[in-house]
Amino acid sequence: MFLVNYIKEVFGAIKSLATGMRRTGYYFTHHKEIITQQYPDNRDTLQLPERFRGEVVMIHDENNEHACTGCTACELACPNATIKIVTKFDVDEETGKKKKAIDTFVYHLELCTFCNLCIEACPTGAIKMDQTFEHSVFDRSKLTKKLNHDGSKIRAGVE
Amino acid sequence: MYRQTEILQDATQVSPLNGGGDLEGAGDLIINVGPQHPSTHGVLHLVITLNGETIKKVEPHLGYIHRSIEKMCESLTFRQFIYVTSKMDYLSSHINNHGCCLCVEKGLQIEVPERAQVIRVLMDELTRLASHQLWWGALGMDVGALTPFFHAFRERELINDIFEETCGTRLTMNYMVPGGVMADLHPNFQRRVHEFIKQFKLKIDEYDELLTDNIIFKNRMQGVGVLSAADAVSYGCTGPVARGSNVVCDIRKLYPYEVYNKLQFDEVIETGGDCYARYMVRMKEMRQSLSIIEQLIDQVPEGEFQAKTKAVLKLPKGEYYSRVETARGEFGVYIVSEGGTTPYRIKFRSPGFSNLSALDHMARGGKIGDLIAIMGSLDLVIPDIDR
Ligand code: SF4
Ligand code: SF4
Repeated sequence: MFLVNYIKEVFGAIKSLATGMRRTGYYFTHHKEIITQQYPDNRDTLQLPERFRGEVVMIHDENNEHACTGCTACELACPNATIKIVTKFDVDEETGKKKKAIDTFVYHLELCTFCNLCIEACPTGAIKMDQTFEHSVFDRSKLTKKLNHDGSKIRAGVE
Repeated sequence: MYRQTEILQDATQVSPLNGGGDLEGAGDLIINVGPQHPSTHGVLHLVITLNGETIKKVEPHLGYIHRSIEKMCESLTFRQFIYVTSKMDYLSSHINNHGCCLCVEKGLQIEVPERAQVIRVLMDELTRLASHQLWWGALGMDVGALTPFFHAFRERELINDIFEETCGTRLTMNYMVPGGVMADLHPNFQRRVHEFIKQFKLKIDEYDELLTDNIIFKNRMQGVGVLSAADAVSYGCTGPVARGSNVVCDIRKLYPYEVYNKLQFDEVIETGGDCYARYMVRMKEMRQSLSIIEQLIDQVPEGEFQAKTKAVLKLPKGEYYSRVETARGEFGVYIVSEGGTTPYRIKFRSPGFSNLSALDHMARGGKIGDLIAIMGSLDLVIPDIDR
């Protein structure tokens, strides 16, 4: 009895090894099924989906105008204190009234977890996620960014 | 000069390996596995007491990746704290977020639209598949087969691409928000899920060929790390670990949430209690998840994907608990609210911690080589154990 079981086991083992080796042989002869990509070489063909969360950017139009009112809703929504909004008061040329506007929109990329909560919170759609993904730099301070462009101002009509 | 400790000297003198002494007389050898050992899948530190090759005691040491998430959540609002939970069990981040959303919705009595419920279940099951695939590959690697790892990642990549398209990220999505989901399904979602199902149905048989029926793998898993049903219950094991020991514990069946009570699927139960039984539970669960996805993917109802909620959420004073079934077991969220915008106290019941506590019991008396197989079959995710 022992001998029969032993021989059964040996044949069972050979069969199971052959099954595994058949898979190996299959992939050896079907190169098309291999799906690895060479990372830096695929940049031209790489297509990231439009919802991809790369980094937060502020949308500017061709007149260098944005839609940010400086309401700080995004700053409050952010769990990591990634956003800091510095506001100033603009004086309206026609009426002479003071109006709140952003001076600097500070964004700490090194703190951001790409949770999208700031984008969801913004009432005017002034910020969005960009598709960039190579964020490594040599100096940490380079990751602190100013999102509003120099000389930009708020688009007329955005409240 | 290399300084020999007392313990090492003791063991080298009488170890049966170098011809000295028998096993009874051998001194105990204490070795550290981890915190940077590749087979612990993270910063788990095990202090193992050995007698020869036999394990006398396994002592897990935690704390290397403690981030104090529960305390941190107390300073975050009810919208913000959800994203942190994706950083606990990062392989079931959708399901973790789901549990938190359920708890907040319970407190606020928000009715989640049907479409959002279906999307959530779809995402949960895709996450479970992705998690089990990674576990399958990693387990193969633990017991010495490298090929499964590449096969598993090939299919997991498809799921990650689906997530990336709809949720924006691949691992820590933060896609579920109180009241529904953050964004509607991507127009390509259905097509890509169908493609994935088609491919995975072929490949899961390949998984079986490579590992399930392999004689070497079977010999390493069968009869190793046996956990009886009574022990599984007393250690508080949940998920595939308990179901491999013949314990009925699937939250999706016992306490159905969202649309799970309308779905046709079986709770997978194995009676063996050994590593192979746990392995089989997960393999069969993958097929169950596939069938759940198939049932839902063409039935996503039209409508809103998010219920209308206030901008600032304030949970009424009270205590709330909700539970979901992650890929590793029961995940519970317990919130105490004082009526403010932030939780007064939060406690997470993570499945990994309880499952890990049974490791010592399972490994005792076994060989040190089996410890790695047992750990692999527990499917540990360290940030989940050590929050
Ligand atoms: S994505 Fe999240 S972490 Fe990053 S800035 Fe927005 S809210 Fe803050
Ligand atoms: S980006 Fe949006 S939310 Fe943030 S301050 Fe500007 S308008 Fe307000």
